[in-house]
Amino acid sequence: MRTLPGNTMNTFVPYPFTHFCAGLLLLFCLSAQAQPASGQQLQDVLIHLSQGAMSEREQAIKQLVELKDPRGLPILQALLAGKLLALKTENKLVIADGDDQNYAVRDAISDEPNGMVSAEQISKINLTNKLRGNLRKIIGELELNADSPAIRLAAVKAMDKDVDERLITLFQQRLTVEQDGKVKQAIQDILLLQKISGGDKNQRIQAINELKDHDSQDVFNKLKTLAEKDADGHYLETDSDIRNIAESAIASINNRLRLYSAIETVFFGLSLGAVLVLSAIGLAITFGVMGVINMAHGELMMIGAYTTYVIQQLMPNQLGLSIFLAIPAAFTLSALVGIAIERGIIRFLYGRPLETLLATFGVSLFLQQAVRSIFSPLNRSVATPEWMSGSWQINDFLSLTWNRFYILIFCLLVFVLLMQILKRTKLGLEVRAVAQNRRMAKAMGIPTARVDAMTFGLGSGIAGVAGVALSQITNVGPNLGQAYIVDSFMVVVFGGVGNLLGTLVAGFSLGIANKFLEPLAGAVLAKILVLVFIILFIQKRPRGLFPQKGRAADA
Amino acid sequence: MKNYLQVCKKWAVTVAVSACMLTTAHAEDTIKIGVLHSLSGTMAISETTLKDTMLMLIDEQNKKGGLLGKKLEAVVVDPASNWPLFAEKARELLTKDKVAAIFGCWTSVSRKSVLPVIEELNGILFYPVQYEGEESSKNVFYTGAAPNQQAIPAVDYLMNDLKVKRWVLAGTDYVYPRTTNKILEAYLKSKGVAKKDIMINYTPFGHSDWQSIVADIKKFGSAGKKTAVVSTINGDANVPFYKELGNQGVSAENIPVVAFSVGEEELSGIDTKPLVGHLAAWNYFMSVDTTKNAAFIKQWHDFIKNPKRVTNDPMEAHYIGFNMWVKAVEKAGKTDPDAVQKALIGVEFPNLTGGTAKMLPNHHISKPVLIGEIQDDGQFVTVWQTNKLVDGDAWSDFLPESKPIIADWTAPINCGNYNTKTKKCSGQNY
Repeated sequence: MRTLPGNTMNTFVPYPFTHFCAGLLLLFCLSAQAQPASGQQLQDVLIHLSQGAMSEREQAIKQLVELKDPRGLPILQALLAGKLLALKTENKLVIADGDDQNYAVRDAISDEPNGMVSAEQISKINLTNKLRGNLRKIIGELELNADSPAIRLAAVKAMDKDVDERLITLFQQRLTVEQDGKVKQAIQDILLLQKISGGDKNQRIQAINELKDHDSQDVFNKLKTLAEKDADGHYLETDSDIRNIAESAIASINNRLRLYSAIETVFFGLSLGAVLVLSAIGLAITFGVMGVINMAHGELMMIGAYTTYVIQQLMPNQLGLSIFLAIPAAFTLSALVGIAIERGIIRFLYGRPLETLLATFGVSLFLQQAVRSIFSPLNRSVATPEWMSGSWQINDFLSLTWNRFYILIFCLLVFVLLMQILKRTKLGLEVRAVAQNRRMAKAMGIPTARVDAMTFGLGSGIAGVAGVALSQITNVGPNLGQAYIVDSFMVVVFGGVGNLLGTLVAGFSLGIANKFLEPLAGAVLAKILVLVFIILFIQKRPRGLFPQKGRAADA
Repeated sequence: MKNYLQVCKKWAVTVAVSACMLTTAHAEDTIKIGVLHSLSGTMAISETTLKDTMLMLIDEQNKKGGLLGKKLEAVVVDPASNWPLFAEKARELLTKDKVAAIFGCWTSVSRKSVLPVIEELNGILFYPVQYEGEESSKNVFYTGAAPNQQAIPAVDYLMNDLKVKRWVLAGTDYVYPRTTNKILEAYLKSKGVAKKDIMINYTPFGHSDWQSIVADIKKFGSAGKKTAVVSTINGDANVPFYKELGNQGVSAENIPVVAFSVGEEELSGIDTKPLVGHLAAWNYFMSVDTTKNAAFIKQWHDFIKNPKRVTNDPMEAHYIGFNMWVKAVEKAGKTDPDAVQKALIGVEFPNLTGGTAKMLPNHHISKPVLIGEIQDDGQFVTVWQTNKLVDGDAWSDFLPESKPIIADWTAPINCGNYNTKTKKCSGQNY
């Protein structure tokens, strides 16, 4: 973020500064020095910033603001963004432009390019929460008069907590010159909120009425303080009219809250369901269609997750792209491992489920330990691309996280694709034929052994793809698979063995049931209740939600 | 065929004989030390490092000329994250290998499983991990933190420095979080925190779907009072927890999370972006700038041949524990367990962050308490520390049932579970 002359956030420049003195920087204005500080002064302050304890750092930030040098703001911004670095060799500060292993840096004071440095040559100037909070406020005040409305809006938002007299004056001043509608609205809301707590009665009532339909946490909290009682049971707010208006406003917000929380729970349930479906759907093919109890299914997911990690390591600057590349790569690798397991072990054990179970369990241990030996037993770090982090903030009370949202969509895509493969391709036809009646299919000239291998490969590949999704929400480590194998079997059995649609419905309904139970019973008990429910359900309907009918059921 | 068999037999005999000779020859001029850490299974993630630390410490001691004129020899066994196997391996170390001391265990359940064996056979166990307290065995030396050396100071920091008014105690559902949270809840109530301002939440091991819990925490924390989360969430469940916090927009500035199980080693395996600014309470941070610590880190990097590996709190605990044991053996002049147990009490050794750790009569040590904020390079910046060392308290003073109980392994009390009111030792050793 270079500050070009002209396009300045020009709070440091003489003219606007005069009216700043009245407000925000009153404390620091005493010296009334408006021209840029000498390089030496700046240098001295920056030295303090890079060395010594956190309290000294706090002091240095204050001094930097006191200097009122136009070069101060970019330095503070860089500090907050974690891009202010100290060169170990030269005792000076630089600002990084990229955030890769090799930094292109420029001098913090002169703004001249300072070449490239590697991670070993620099040390980052650390901050604590307290400093970060202070800094955000300081920068907010400095940016309140910035040229870009977006920056001004962010500046207002950064200052909406702990509003005091000084800030109110500052906001009021800004309001007189503010052109942008959104910024204006934001400032007005903050000022209105302040009016609720005291002053003229009519103004207070008007403020409540204007704010009560906002889905804002601050408004809600403020209204709640109006309805609070002290230890003796007396209301803190003495005016009963205002109290009544506040109480009815709280009631209406509470109604909306209930709706939001229901929407939220359904979304949580769907996204948990999506993870369950993703991890179970590969199993629905190997277990459901082929009848193979594959205990190594979880480890095939683990392979998918590690593939994501490796690809990310290969292209550290292309996070988003690496995820997309990881999907086919994980599919291929897991499918190959799956085919190897089928050809090497399972095909000798068809029709002997117990032996298959033991053999694949052995394979799963083998794969886990292999990963431990290759990648170390420590978890590996898989970064999340920017567009998958954070949440879709609908209002203060309702927000949906992006990563879950994408995984939900991804799960549905995988499901539709898989259905199409089974319904419309030659492989799908053969798979269904072999599943229905192996001997008849063989008599019709279908190479059943090859179809078995391909089916197993398909199921394993899907597990690998699920691993890519899991790498975005949980640990990538040797134990990744174990955490999901039980749930996967549960979903497949509940949905009805051999029925893909059943797996989908089962996954989503278990997810939603779990999320509705969790707030009531706690996470531990919710899980137990869901398991008990499935046991009872299986007692009643041993073939699951969607049992196979007709001849297929006898095969 | 017969020939082949005979050759085989001959070979087997010679190998067996030479192996016997080797071990007897060894047994005479070495002192054996048992290393009981999981190298496979779920706990391998944390415990493998400690095994390497022990090998490094033993190696270093041998370079200095060993102990009592003999070389030290590490006997490494793998209990494979399997709790009953911990007991079996401990028995094997004590009876078959006749080790002079065992350094090991991580989870409380593994320690509890080793306890009866180590007491029956009168061994010595150094336990390097922070734990829930409420225990003091004659045969165990606890070099990790007791709750008053980690959890209580952390809560004090939040309460006094960050002015936290509402508390979420979130933990994994097993003995350490349950006991710690019980102590913390009692402590908070004693400080005047109302019940409605405390939210307690338990989740299963390896919990990965934190959506509703984080949403609850967010709601709990948005009531206008400063809120903090005290996390005893264990191991793997932490990553999805912090990710969810980050995604739902809960930042460390709004609702800080202070964790007791997240250290440098755990941070090295995850994307630290969502964690920056959250807190951890430990007795050691790799980032602490002392010459001793710098030397220790260099020694570790040289030994493990990887300059990127980190050091952490349990490693320091083993470093202190091992050196205390060495001093005690030198003091006693022999490795006999009874003599060493007696000699250990009162032994002092400088810790890596400044100050001198001392082995107390209750078999715990004195430690500094540090609170650090996580940085994006996976290291901590110390934001607060106790101005003097805190003595480990085996039996918490904040639980009514353990308040009158103390542990003192010196005469005349000689008991790990002594009731100061009834003046009786419960008889139970741990």
